[in-house]
Amino acid sequence: MTPSAPVAFPDIQWLQLAPIIVVLGAAAIEVLVEAFAPRTSRRSIQIGLTFAALIVAFAIIVINAGTFQLVVAGSAAVDGPALFLQGAVVLTALLVALLMMERKVDPSGDAFAARASAMPGSEDERQFTARGYLQTEIWPLFLFCTGGMMLFLSANDLLLMFIGLEIMSLPLYLLAGMARRRRLLSQEAAMKYFLLGAFSSAFFLYGAALIYGFAGTVSFGGIADAVVGQSQMSGLLLGGIVLLCVGMFFKVAAVPFHEWAPDVYQGSPTPVTAYMAAGVKVAAFGAFLRLMYVAFGGEAWEWRPAFWVVAILTFFVGAMIGLAQSDIKRMLAYSSIAHAGFLLLGVMAVTPDSLSASMFYLLTYAIATVGAFGIVMLIRDDSGETTSLDAWRGLGRTHPLLATAFTIFLLSFAGIPLTAGFIGKFTLFASSAAAGEGWLVLLAVIASAIAAFFYLRVVVIMFFSDPVGSGPSVATPSWATQTTIVVALIVTVVLGLFPQAVLNIADHADVFVR
Amino acid sequence: MDPSAYIILSAILFTIGAIGVLLRRNAIVVFMSVEMMLNAANLAFVTFARMHGNLEGQVIAFFVMIVAAAEVVVGLAIIMTIFRTRRSVSIDDPSLMRN
Repeated sequence: MTPSAPVAFPDIQWLQLAPIIVVLGAAAIEVLVEAFAPRTSRRSIQIGLTFAALIVAFAIIVINAGTFQLVVAGSAAVDGPALFLQGAVVLTALLVALLMMERKVDPSGDAFAARASAMPGSEDERQFTARGYLQTEIWPLFLFCTGGMMLFLSANDLLLMFIGLEIMSLPLYLLAGMARRRRLLSQEAAMKYFLLGAFSSAFFLYGAALIYGFAGTVSFGGIADAVVGQSQMSGLLLGGIVLLCVGMFFKVAAVPFHEWAPDVYQGSPTPVTAYMAAGVKVAAFGAFLRLMYVAFGGEAWEWRPAFWVVAILTFFVGAMIGLAQSDIKRMLAYSSIAHAGFLLLGVMAVTPDSLSASMFYLLTYAIATVGAFGIVMLIRDDSGETTSLDAWRGLGRTHPLLATAFTIFLLSFAGIPLTAGFIGKFTLFASSAAAGEGWLVLLAVIASAIAAFFYLRVVVIMFFSDPVGSGPSVATPSWATQTTIVVALIVTVVLGLFPQAVLNIADHADVFVR
Repeated sequence: MDPSAYIILSAILFTIGAIGVLLRRNAIVVFMSVEMMLNAANLAFVTFARMHGNLEGQVIAFFVMIVAAAEVVVGLAIIMTIFRTRRSVSIDDPSLMRN
């Protein structure tokens, strides 16, 4: 038997892949640190590594700006949208990491359980907490999740997209169950998120299988060619698109696949909630945009009507049910559902303008979301965070600065002028109208008016209602949380007043490589 | 041999899995149903690979197995912690979340 010809080894573009390699590599090193470093120094090593990896990754993304090519034999793309959104993910991750290291707001430690394995209410747990143990596994999990998001965004075939999706999701399922306070709620959130997340990735995978059956390849370019070359609509293609979209709708929490979001947001530790609301949304929409633009863009007239229905349902359900919430984290969850509905306008338009508008929208939304959750962390009572809206009564009188900051984030969500959210909404709606979806934009404007009402309700509660009892009790955060809130605030205001520089970057990054 | 029979089988398996997720109340059984859906997808990948005469589908099946294994690790860990707290893995237990 003669040996077969050696397998051709594909070129690996190290520099272009470096941001992802750095983040995932640092995560792997952190796993080793977890095993070998002494407990006393573990936390500082982990935090140092995490920040170093994120900063280096961001620097390489900036160096790579302008790259426009397929890498690793066409399975990943490094192009404008990938780099822009990777940058957004890394910036979000940096802000969230600051929230995660916060130790001053909870007298017994950070936002995570002393030992996630200890049974809630047990003697073990009490002792671990009394000794001041801190779970340090959160840092490698967090970095794996970030690396997964970056991979998810730049995947250019269905296999890599699935792998990215899983690398992003699996650590998040675990992080969701690690809250220090209200452990039962947190564990319940983790289980719900896990079961529904795994369910949705199974849909995604079966959709990928059907598309592979249709096109004979899983690379987006090959699928696009097969889509354009077909003579009649194939059942495999249609079924594949439907199942892939169901998987994606779950991840971005679009109606009718949104049921998990409020429960999971409420139960998870607040820094993790912030990351779910901001980072996951950026990554999932980045991947969704690439999938629909590159692979199925030639078939847009076929799937667009279904997107109309989902988008309309999503922004109206998000806005209307959000009105009825009495818990701030659930309210922000419905707000993120409504935002997912608006972003679907960008996905279905399939024009370069709506791509750049969606990217700008995602950036502004993510930063403001992290800032808002940073403030949610600070409103507390004896048993931990109080997320009930009643606890926010009178915050504007007792803590005017904090209430003003929260108001600015809410105004940005609502899309009030002079905030980044307004510019994001305006460019997104304008690009969608230019793509011929005027009537849909009209409905979206109505929905955002309804949503504005529930944001303003919180503002009224903070500034114009009397405090209950002695007023809200607000923890004094350390520099970490303060930095997050201040940076998010500055970005939200500056992008609202002088958006041109960032809009230009997004405009130059408005084409997917194929 | 007509490979399309395997596609139909995989569709049936996928449907059984999806129905299992929606109807069963035990977290472990729900989780098993999800794994069945993943394996149904694997069967479809391998069959399509045979029909198209390329290897991509078979390679993907390996990746999916690894992902499924990782998912088992994470999933069982989460279900175990819930079980130790509640002595039950029913997903119908009174929910603590308010609407």
